[in-house]
Amino acid sequence: MSKSKSVVTEICNRYGNTRVRLMDIVRDVQQELGHVPREAFDLIAKGAHTHRVEVESVISFYAFLSERKKGDVVIRLCDDIIDRYQGGEAVAEALTRALGIGFNETTSDGRVTLEKTPSIGMSDQAPAMMVNDVMVTRLTPELIPGLVAKLRQTNDPQSLVESYGDGNNAHALIRSMVCNNIRESGAVILADYKRERGLRKALTETPADVIADVKASGLRGRGGAGFLTGLKWELTRESPGAEKFVLCNADEGEPGTFKDRVLLTERADLMIEGMTIAGYATGAETGIIYLRGEYAYLRPYLEDVLNRRRAGKLLGNGILGNAEFHFDVRIQMGAGAYICGEETSLISSCEGTRGDPSDRTPFPVAKGYLVSPTAVNNVETYCCAARIMDQGAGWFAAIGTQRSTGTKLLSVCGDCARPGIYEVPFGTTLREVLRRAGAENTAAVQVGGPSGQMVGPAQFDQGISYEELATGGSMMVFSNDRDILEIVEAFMEFFVKESCGYCVPCRVGNVLLKSRIERIRQGDGAPADLAYLKKLGESVKRMSRCGLGQTSPNPILTSLKNFQPVYNALVREDKTGLQKSFHIMRAVEEASVIAGRRSEVFHA
Amino acid sequence: MSKPRVATTSLAGCFGCHMSLLDIDERILSLIERVDFDRSPIDDIKHISQRCAIGLIEGGCCNEENVRVLYEFRKNCDLLISVGDCATMGGIPALRNNIPLQECIDEAYRTGVTVYNPDDITPQDPEIPLLLNRVYPCHEVVKIDYFLPGCPPSADTLWAALTALLSGQPLELPYELLKYD
Ligand SMILES: Cc1cc2nc3c(=O)[nH]c(=O)nc-3n(C[C@H](O)[C@H](O)[C@H](O)COP(=O)(O)O)c2cc1C
Ligand code: SF4
Repeated sequence: MSKSKSVVTEICNRYGNTRVRLMDIVRDVQQELGHVPREAFDLIAKGAHTHRVEVESVISFYAFLSERKKGDVVIRLCDDIIDRYQGGEAVAEALTRALGIGFNETTSDGRVTLEKTPSIGMSDQAPAMMVNDVMVTRLTPELIPGLVAKLRQTNDPQSLVESYGDGNNAHALIRSMVCNNIRESGAVILADYKRERGLRKALTETPADVIADVKASGLRGRGGAGFLTGLKWELTRESPGAEKFVLCNADEGEPGTFKDRVLLTERADLMIEGMTIAGYATGAETGIIYLRGEYAYLRPYLEDVLNRRRAGKLLGNGILGNAEFHFDVRIQMGAGAYICGEETSLISSCEGTRGDPSDRTPFPVAKGYLVSPTAVNNVETYCCAARIMDQGAGWFAAIGTQRSTGTKLLSVCGDCARPGIYEVPFGTTLREVLRRAGAENTAAVQVGGPSGQMVGPAQFDQGISYEELATGGSMMVFSNDRDILEIVEAFMEFFVKESCGYCVPCRVGNVLLKSRIERIRQGDGAPADLAYLKKLGESVKRMSRCGLGQTSPNPILTSLKNFQPVYNALVREDKTGLQKSFHIMRAVEEASVIAGRRSEVFHA
Repeated sequence: MSKPRVATTSLAGCFGCHMSLLDIDERILSLIERVDFDRSPIDDIKHISQRCAIGLIEGGCCNEENVRVLYEFRKNCDLLISVGDCATMGGIPALRNNIPLQECIDEAYRTGVTVYNPDDITPQDPEIPLLLNRVYPCHEVVKIDYFLPGCPPSADTLWAALTALLSGQPLELPYELLKYD
């Protein structure tokens, strides 16, 4: 305890003893001690000037924080449907065999803990796992014994990385085997560009003119919801508040998306340039990058980029000689919670509390981080904004469609020959995307991740855009060999696990939806079950508080709409009026064992 | 034309819903002018004697006997109505659903604080129906056509539902009949 005492005290001091930094404090304690022991709760609470219950609720909320002592090394295998279809289950089995433990167990020498985790942003190189912060991708069962032996021998996760990926993945501060898989660059984001030209240009204009430019470009948020970025900045600027904030959403939790990973690796400067422009436009002096816990391997590199920018007068006081303009950025690490990508949860998390969503209104533009006006935008949105300032609103607006201007980064994964990043102008048809990715015999595409929509060949001629097929980037391709309802069930399982539990429709409704899908898959379904799914799904959407519950029934509702024959083939009308899912002999089995006799009523 | 027949039963319920049915008071006279009662605890007929138009089910299914009765109702009634919260959701009896069955039985017969059982006997007579592994709402066992929530649904709710069904009118329950505080 005395060691943990000094560790905790030192860490609390490191973060200025303020409760707003509670996330960082408990993350660091977890890092140092391998867990956050219960005995340390009071100490942390005191050190961060908060209450013990706050500490406890934060630790119980995030998947990467734990009160229980874990192994020195924690292996987190990605348990996503994409990974499963690329052989993830065999890898899981190989891991349990090589380590001699099951999932959620720790080896008896206390060295390795084995866990599963939802999508880690490596769907283009699945199956993949995290070994502490180190990404190990393209796994096969054959590779596992060697990897485990190596780990046992070195105790150093980095030793599992034998060769580095392309581009900055090989940078001295990243040293990762992750590959970018950039398949197609477009005109806006992945094109060659002149650094800081957008920022320099912005600083020659008034903030109002910068906002006018962004508005004129038609730029809409790239994180999923598609809100007009210029308008968001204007609202932030105009809302009363002594301090304003610019937050960058790098949580990228939607299963199947990984384009922000690539931008953080290859376009970090462009992204921060965009944030700085947003700071100038909105009047904010502080920016925060909310980086998902899974991307911790990028943190040293990103910190270095920030330092470089500070040294180059691109961040800090008096940016580029403009004595009036000060702006700096810190990184806030997440800790394994999909819900923290939702902007109000993200703000809660940055404030050092559980990532609970809050009611919108007030919207973050009026009362966000620290109850101040806050613009939250996606990584890609900031990249676009910087390019718009550089090349002009007209240039940007000329790309794409009328209502969806510019290009979109797509993360294509699943059953296709060339998974990876495609930057395409809005309006490009799904069929065209599939062709370029080398997808054959495609039965279904999940556009926009589990919270998006599942579409079939009848929709393939629609364009990628806010008005037709909207996506934050995730494009999961499934071939004819896949089971549509298995996919739907996996997505529902994801939502059940990631619901924050605040509201009943989401917490309970998603469980009911999932179990009804299970029933249908087992062949016990009736046509009435389809009506039930539709009705309940719509209630959950309508009655939930945040975007998670408002979209979680989408896998079911969109597959019901686009794959009706698949469901119809599985359900049967039953004339007897008895529920096929109820099995009387199974229901009395336990009592029968206890009583030591058979059912008098039902035993034939 | 013969009158439509109505059957009722109480499964894992407390008879509260049936008491509520009796609470329609003198309206019961006009009810029996319009329907004949078949199997029901009110007239003590033990089995459904002929095809019924409506079956009213109180209580969920906690044992095999409940299931058997529910099957009989489903087979012989055109419409089944789950009456009350136990039928629609399991209700109070379903509180046992999170407790292992053996523990429930021990609590009832052996270890409960008010139990006097010097010979430590757990009754095992074949006459006693086997418990189900958990308490099921009726619609998980058979198809249910209508649900009347409430603990119990008030006499006015039951009356409104029955008269609407019998006259073929759409059922409109005013807010007062569906709020419980
Ligand atoms: C459950 C949930 C998860 C989300 N995850 C992300 C995410 O990982 N990244 C992101 O940019 N936006 C995410 N969003 C959308 C954000 O709430 C917000 O709309 C977005 O960050 C705004 O930025 P934009 O206008 O630039 O898109 C998520 C929303 C919900 C409801
Ligand atoms: S909808 Fe779900 S995730 Fe969102 S607040 Fe409600 S319970 Fe939490």
